Formats: sequence, structure tokens, C-alpha cells
Amino acid sequence: MSDEPNRGLQSPLRRKLLMGAAALPLVSILPRPSFGAGPATATVNTTGLAVTDTEVTVGILHSATGTMAISETGSIQAEKLAIEQINAAGGVLGRKIKFIQEDGASDWPTFAEKAKKLLVNDKVAAIMGCWTSASRKAVLPVMEQYNGMLYYPTFYEGLEQSKNVIYTGQEATQQILAGLNWIAKEKGAKSFFFIGSDYIWPRTSNKIARKHVENVLKGKVVGEEYYALGSTQFNSVINKIKLTKPDVIFTDVVGGSNVAFYKQLKAAGVDLSKQALLTISVTEDEIDGIGGENIAGAYACMKYFQSLDNANNKTFVPAFKKLWGEKTVIGDVTQAAYLGPWLWKLTVEKAGSFDIDKIAAASAGVEFKDAPEGYVRIHENHHLWSKTRVGRAKLDGQFELIFETADLIEPDPFPKGYQ
Amino acid sequence: MIITSRFFNRSELIGFVALALVLVVILPLSLDVFRLNLVAKYLTYAFVAIGLVLCWGYGGILSLGQGVFFGLGGYCMAMFLKLEASSVENTKIQSTPGIPDFMDWNQITALPLFWQPFHSLTFTVLAIILVPGLFALIIGTAMFKRRVGGTYFAIITQAVAAILTILIVGQQGYTGGINGMTDLRTLKGWDIRPDHAKIILYFFEVFLLFGCILIAQFIRLTKLGRILVAMREQEDRVRFSGYSVANFKIFAFCMAAIFAAIGGAMFALNVGFMSPSFVGIVPSIEMVIYTAVGGRMSIFGAVWGALLVNFAKTGLSESFPQLWLFGLGALFIAVVLAFPNGLSGIWADYVQPRIDRLLASRKSKSGSPWAGNSVADGAPAE
Repeated sequence: MSDEPNRGLQSPLRRKLLMGAAALPLVSILPRPSFGAGPATATVNTTGLAVTDTEVTVGILHSATGTMAISETGSIQAEKLAIEQINAAGGVLGRKIKFIQEDGASDWPTFAEKAKKLLVNDKVAAIMGCWTSASRKAVLPVMEQYNGMLYYPTFYEGLEQSKNVIYTGQEATQQILAGLNWIAKEKGAKSFFFIGSDYIWPRTSNKIARKHVENVLKGKVVGEEYYALGSTQFNSVINKIKLTKPDVIFTDVVGGSNVAFYKQLKAAGVDLSKQALLTISVTEDEIDGIGGENIAGAYACMKYFQSLDNANNKTFVPAFKKLWGEKTVIGDVTQAAYLGPWLWKLTVEKAGSFDIDKIAAASAGVEFKDAPEGYVRIHENHHLWSKTRVGRAKLDGQFELIFETADLIEPDPFPKGYQ
Repeated sequence: MIITSRFFNRSELIGFVALALVLVVILPLSLDVFRLNLVAKYLTYAFVAIGLVLCWGYGGILSLGQGVFFGLGGYCMAMFLKLEASSVENTKIQSTPGIPDFMDWNQITALPLFWQPFHSLTFTVLAIILVPGLFALIIGTAMFKRRVGGTYFAIITQAVAAILTILIVGQQGYTGGINGMTDLRTLKGWDIRPDHAKIILYFFEVFLLFGCILIAQFIRLTKLGRILVAMREQEDRVRFSGYSVANFKIFAFCMAAIFAAIGGAMFALNVGFMSPSFVGIVPSIEMVIYTAVGGRMSIFGAVWGALLVNFAKTGLSESFPQLWLFGLGALFIAVVLAFPNGLSGIWADYVQPRIDRLLASRKSKSGSPWAGNSVADGAPAE
């Protein structure tokens, strides 16, 4: 309780600093904050992390090379932006954040190796990283064994919860259920056709979606098809779609396959302004590759769109573009990655310590009011409370917000009745 | 051929001692456990590279699918470890406790039949050797008996690598799919994750590696090894001399497969992880690169090649996270252009003559009887 007025004072100040950072061409023009005024290192770092009187080191672990680089680059950029802004606002407990970037190279064991390097060699205080579920699964045992803290940005399948991970993206129920409810109500949809890439996230997501369609919406799943990652031939499934005429095509096809899928869908004469399509895997980043004209009219279920009209986002988007170029787009995961360093900073300040155990314990209840998506709070299960939103893809590659849940949705990584 | 009467000639002895010194003394003393564990990972590829020296360097059979055997060995080991890690106690959060987590995610409710024997370590160890060995036997018999060789064989091994990857990824309920098998913990109750276990595993692996080196060296020196080289140079002549060329090729291919499988099994133990990313075409080609960089005619060169390339990989990627692949590519091109016989070629062309000259000048004074025998045998013929 005693924290409350204090936080109230901090928030506008921080927002001002954020706006300042966005308005000025370079952060370094700001009066250089002096670091080293925080509490003594011995008291805030009892486990030998890389924390000095003036600096604290964190790790950034994403794929800068390989097939995933195209998706993960946005996350790297968002994390660097957040770190820069935090430093401009005085750092964490009076210490400047320094980062060590490692390349997971789109290769899961490499992720594990680099995570271990960051924890064992560099003694980083936290790692912002991973993207695919496979890379997280590879890194998780390392985080637990060496007691690290991972801020994981991607929406994912759930069925996981760890003391050593904060999931800043949505788990499957948060992403899917509200979207399905909306489309069932809005379009009167009863029949669904599922198409996904063949790995754990689409399979689990579709399992949850199927249970929801059948048990809650009392609808029907008329088809469920999976394609290997990187697959580019969707003609047979498109024919099946044309035969079964589902009310909604529900897709979780990932990565480059999306480009082929939407182009072939359009070529086959499926008009997305008439045929409802709900995707949980296409963000602004993917549309960059697909092309707005091929996907315009499709609905995406996310928690963030670059076009969101709120004060936080209006500061965030220009700041991001200033740093990384006018042409960059910001997708759902990029925004979630941006939350990582901020949530870590807030948690450290709440705990008054960099110690992993104290951070893990203090995480529940930490709220970030300046989140571009609006407002987020960490749940006891280390996932975020956040809203679900549905957007419609436009020709210019942006989404137009169509629907958002009134309240924050509670994260439920082990959903009862959906397993 | 006086030299063949001894197991190692002088230059090989130097090579053996130097390698032993580095692996057993220098690296463990100079590196922390994390880096030593990385070396253990690199050395798992050295097993594959030694196998490739036998099959490609000596036998002239270029296999671009060694990842298949590395993967089979690795998956056998990983299945055993995964079963042990999936005790009912560890997995009580699942809807079906006691089965590996990825099966639970894929709505499998009972352990599949082919997983059952992997509860036994004895069976697992046998499977690590026999499954890849038999698989290589089948492929080898199918190919070599029909006199499919050279480029066609290389293409088919690539196809096999692609097929196995697709199979593993597609059957994710049984194999863990693209995620692979993660979170491997104990071997017969012995935790493989802490530092002291990593050190023990490292030395065990080095021990196995020297075992494989000795076997490879033995094969090289017997008549069998000579026939392999003869086959590579003039296959028809060997056939007309009455030898069954196919059988020798099958043997070399099977040996290479078994070595690769041992490497894969050690990988699963050391890294605590197995995934289809070690099975496919790209890793298989990488494994050939290790051998090429080391020098495909040299057993020791293969080990050095695997070490050097992987050290470069780690070093470059840590220093230049965005650009390291270019550096690595440049390294390969430079090595192949400038030193077609790899590291062992550099050794044989530049270092060895000097040592010989030095020794010869000393020996001639003392009148050693074997001063003139130092010409290395098995010099590579392109």
C-alpha cells in the first residue's frame, strides 16, 4: 500500500522522460544522468551477478541470423530501445544497463549454449530473449539450473510456467478465446476450418480453439490441416476450403509459409472481404512479406497493433521509428519484447534487489502503466494480464482496430477443460 | 613398407601425443567448466569426422548424410534420458503423468511401444551402435550392391537426411518434433547437469574418442585399409582382382555410421538436448566441412578440424553476433582455396619437413638406422 502514492508520482515523470527521449534526435543530448547514486552493490546483489556501483549487465538472446532473424530482429530493436530509454531515465537502482547480445542463430541448441554462456560466464542479471517455443524449451532447463531470469516476448501455447521466466506475450487462451467469441457473435460463425504449421504452438492452439468451438460456441470444426514449417504449397487445402465453405478460416501458419498461403488464397479466388479469416499468427511484420493487397480484409487476433490509438503508443511508435528507421513496422511480439526490460526494471525497483529469487518473488503484481498496449500487470503465474484485440488488415499493411475486450484477460497457462 | 610394421609412424606418434596432451592436459587445465563442456560438444563432431576420414578420405565414399547417424545415436540416448527425466513425480502436472512432456502436449496417453525398451540402459547402448549400423548396412547394401557410387550416392544420403528430418518433425508426438527432446537430466540417477558431471563426461568422451582413433588407425593399417585406398584410386582394378568392392564399401560406410552415432550419443549426454537440427542436410554438410578443414586423409586432422571450426564458430558469433556467418564462410573458402588438404596438409607441407630436417640432421650425426623412413605414407592423391 505504501508504494501506491510513490508510484503515482513516478509515472508521469517517467512518461515525460519517455516523451523527451522520443522528441530529441538522440538520447545522448539529454543531460547525462549520473549513475552510481543507487544503493550499495553489496546489498542489492548478493549472488554475484554482473552488477557494479554504476552498471548492471543484461543479455539479449535472439536470432540475428538464420530463418528466424526476420521475426526476431524487431524484438532485438524493441529491447535495445527500452534499455536506451531506461538509461536515459536514470537506469535501474541508479545503475546504467549494459547489454551483451548473443546470436541464437535460429538453432535451438545454440540458444541453450548462449543462454548458458550469458548466465555462467557473463553473470547477466536478466536475459531478454527467445522467440520460438522450441528455443524457449531449449533454454528453459538452463534458466532453471543456473537460476536466471528470462523475459520471453512471443505469444505461445501455454502449458508452461516457471519461476525463472516472465512471459510478456499472451498464452493461447488469452489470444484465442476472446477472438473466437467475437467472430462467432459478429459473423454468426458456426463452422470453422483450422490450418496451421506443424509444430507445438499451432497444434496446441488449435486444440484449445476446437474445444472452445465445440463446447462453448456449439459450432463445428469442418477441417484441421497441418503443414510442415516452411511449406509453400497450399492448393489442396484451399480446394478443401472451397468445398467445405466454412464460416471462418482459422489459421496459425507461421513465418514464410504465410506469403505463399495468402497469395494462393487470393489466386484461388477466395475474397477475404467475404470469406471471414481469423489468424493468430500474422502481425504487421508478416504483412511486410505477404503484401497488404494479399491479406487485406483478414482479421488478426493479437494484443497490440501498431495503429493503437492511445497516448503510450503515440510516444512509443515515433521513438521506435526514430531509432530504427521510418520504414520499420511494429508487430505484436515487438511490443511484447519492449515490455521485457521495463518490467524487469520495475520489478528490480520493487524488490530493491537484483537477486533472481527476490525478483521472481516480487514479479507478481508489478504493473507497467506506460505499456504501448495500454496497461499490463504481471500475474502470479508470471504471465501478463492483457487485453485481447481484433484488427482488420488494411491495404497499407496496418491493422484497423475492430474490437477489444473491455477488461484485461487473466492468463491461464493450464486451462481447465481445454487440455 | 617398413613403416606399416609399426602402429604409428613417427609423425603420427607426434600427432597422437600432441592431441592427447591438448585434450587431456592443456584444455581441462586452462578452460572453465562451461568452455570445457563446449569442447566436449565440439568433440562429438570429431567422432563423425573420423568416420568420414575412413569412408570419404580412404574409401572415397562421400556421404552427405552423416547427420542421420549422428541423429539416430543421439535420439537413442536422448530417449533413454528423456524417459528417466519423465518420472511420474517429475511430470505430475501433465494430464498423463509418467510419459515425456511432448507426448502429453500431443494428446498421447500411453508410452508408444517402440519407446518401451529404452527404459533399459543396456538396450540403449546396444541400440546406439546397432540401429545406425543396421541402417547404414541397409542403405549401403541397397546402393553399393547396385554399384551406385560417387555423386549419386552423395545425393541419396542427402535425401535420406531430408526424409529423416521430415519424419522426426512430422511425428512430433513420438519424437518431440522440431523442439527436439529437451530437459534431459539424469543417467541412471546420476545428474548429468552439474559441473563435476560435465568434467567426468568430458574425460569419458575423450577416452571414447581415442578408442575410435585407435580403431580407425587399426583399420587403416590392415590390408582392409589398403584395399579401401586402392578402391578409391582404381575401383575396377580392385574388382577385377577378385575383391568384392561392395562389401568393403559397406563396411567403411557402416563404421563411419557407428562412429557418428557414438558422437551423437555423447552429444545428447553432454549437451542435454537432441533435436532434428542435427539430422538434416545442413548439419550433415557441416560435418563434411570439419573433415575437409582438418584434411580428409588424416584421422588427427579430422579432430583438429572439428575443434577449430567450432571454436571459430563460437568465437566469431560471440564477437560479431550479426556478421559471424560471413566470417565463417570466408574461413571455409580460404582453407579450401589455399590449403586443399586442410590442416593436416599444412602440417605435412610446412611443419613436418622442418621437424624431419631437424631430426635428420641430428640423427645422421648419431647414425640412426631409420633416418630416411620419415616420408609420410598415404599422402593425399586428389
